[in-house]
Amino acid sequence: MAFAYLAPALIVMGLSGVLPMMFVGYYALHDTFAGNSFVWVGLTWFGQVLTSPEFYGAAARSLGFALLVLAIQVPLGIYIALRLPPKGVLSSIYIVLMTIPLLTPSIVVGYLWKVLTLPQAGLLFEGLRWLGGGLDMNSPAVTWAVLLLMDAWHWTSLVVLLCFAGLRAIPDDYYRAASIDGAGRWAVFRHIQLPKLRLVLLIAVLLRFMDAFMIYSEAYVVTRGGPGVSTTFLSHELVQTALIQFDLGQGGAMAVIYFAIMVCVSWAFFRLIVPRAPAAAGERAT
Amino acid sequence: MRHRFSLAPLIYVTLLMVPVYWLIVMSLKTNAEIKSGITLLPREPTIANFRMILGDPDWYMGYVNALAYVLINVAISVTVAIPAAYAFSRYRFAGDRLLFFGFLMFRMMAPAILLVPFVQIFSDLGLIDTYIAVAIAHCFFNVPLAIWILEGFISAVPREMDESARIDGYGTWGFFHRILLPQIAPGIAVTAFFCFMFSWVEFLLANALTTIDAKPIGGIMTRAGGVLAADISLLAAASVIGLIPGVVLIFFMKNHLARGFSMGRVT
Repeated sequence: MAFAYLAPALIVMGLSGVLPMMFVGYYALHDTFAGNSFVWVGLTWFGQVLTSPEFYGAAARSLGFALLVLAIQVPLGIYIALRLPPKGVLSSIYIVLMTIPLLTPSIVVGYLWKVLTLPQAGLLFEGLRWLGGGLDMNSPAVTWAVLLLMDAWHWTSLVVLLCFAGLRAIPDDYYRAASIDGAGRWAVFRHIQLPKLRLVLLIAVLLRFMDAFMIYSEAYVVTRGGPGVSTTFLSHELVQTALIQFDLGQGGAMAVIYFAIMVCVSWAFFRLIVPRAPAAAGERAT
Repeated sequence: MRHRFSLAPLIYVTLLMVPVYWLIVMSLKTNAEIKSGITLLPREPTIANFRMILGDPDWYMGYVNALAYVLINVAISVTVAIPAAYAFSRYRFAGDRLLFFGFLMFRMMAPAILLVPFVQIFSDLGLIDTYIAVAIAHCFFNVPLAIWILEGFISAVPREMDESARIDGYGTWGFFHRILLPQIAPGIAVTAFFCFMFSWVEFLLANALTTIDAKPIGGIMTRAGGVLAADISLLAAASVIGLIPGVVLIFFMKNHLARGFSMGRVT
């Protein structure tokens, strides 16, 4: 019976997830001439990818970027969610406005931030110059700062919205009890709000980590991967290998390794989230 | 808790709006004015860029195309996710946790990984440059997300509801249609919102799977972007119009947004 309910989702995911993944696995184990005759090469491509400094460089940059994104957006998102008025017109206005960046297509985000950093036309560039500084897009540190700022602009509000939803779900009684006990702001946060936010925070962290780890379009529009390779992330390296150099085997092997990293990270998060998800549902079912 | 007024959200939202403001200002300027240095308001506001985009099918069809595949994707994702989420919520079967994780894993997968096979599969099927190709491709991240969110909402509906519906003589379809769906309507709205968001912002696959007829606005902007330095104001206007579907969606969703995304049981 359960299977009948799952069938439509399984068919769609088979077509849009499992089948392409099988293709990737096939590319990774074969060599091809002009994309139509394939020869088994075993783990050759994996060997090549795993000894390539470009791959490790890109993977390290992606990981670093994703961790910095979390370090900035999670505390900022929690802080803003705590300070938002819980209800009222002002609260609605804030939330509506902060949702706009979330619904901005990534290519528009890229152009917007590209333009902001241009001399003459760019508010960021000219603003910093007006303040007596400057914006040197040939410096890796500066381009990283711009990309982090851009990502914070685009996605921090997702963390805010999720945390805000989590906070709204805390009954007023908890706060009343806390104030009777004379708990300060920090104690309320540490012992009431933070534990209640645990699940939404895990969701927010997982979504933000993964999406930052696979960043492509926005960063590419702003920096083209440069200066040098300083903002060439894993997705860029992969698209470059598979589509531009049309090296399907090496691209496939890289994709499989990329996939393996994502499975490991998802599994770690899943173990943290799930004790309350389908397992709990199972208990009710029996 | 008694809320103390705080400046922090005001500052945060203001900073978020600065780039949006700048985009709108640039879209109303001429290129000559943009190049001549910084002004906080356009000296001679012009809507020439908007008129040009909205008068040229090569441009405005980009929005129509993007909206088309996004809406098809949302429809598919929500439709297949509702029964699946119901199964995860109500049944226990061998490997249910593993299957749930299997779905979730795809939500976490980079579009870049699947790019080449998608191009190959859809070329073989003759579906390159169609809405359905992009809509199906985007399912790999939206279906799992939809199942995940909806599972929380369905689990918040008491099981007794299922049983009393069965006693009242509702069949499976009648139960879903008359009993369950009205109960989880807010959940469906939240799910549709998230699916819309992630499909609407995605660019890599949407651009690679289309050539002319189904090209999203982002692809058209990229093509024009070769002359980015020359026509900032036109691209700014294209970007401003690109914000509108999101703003419309936010308007429809504003009550749900203001109440916070109550993610069913998950929160």
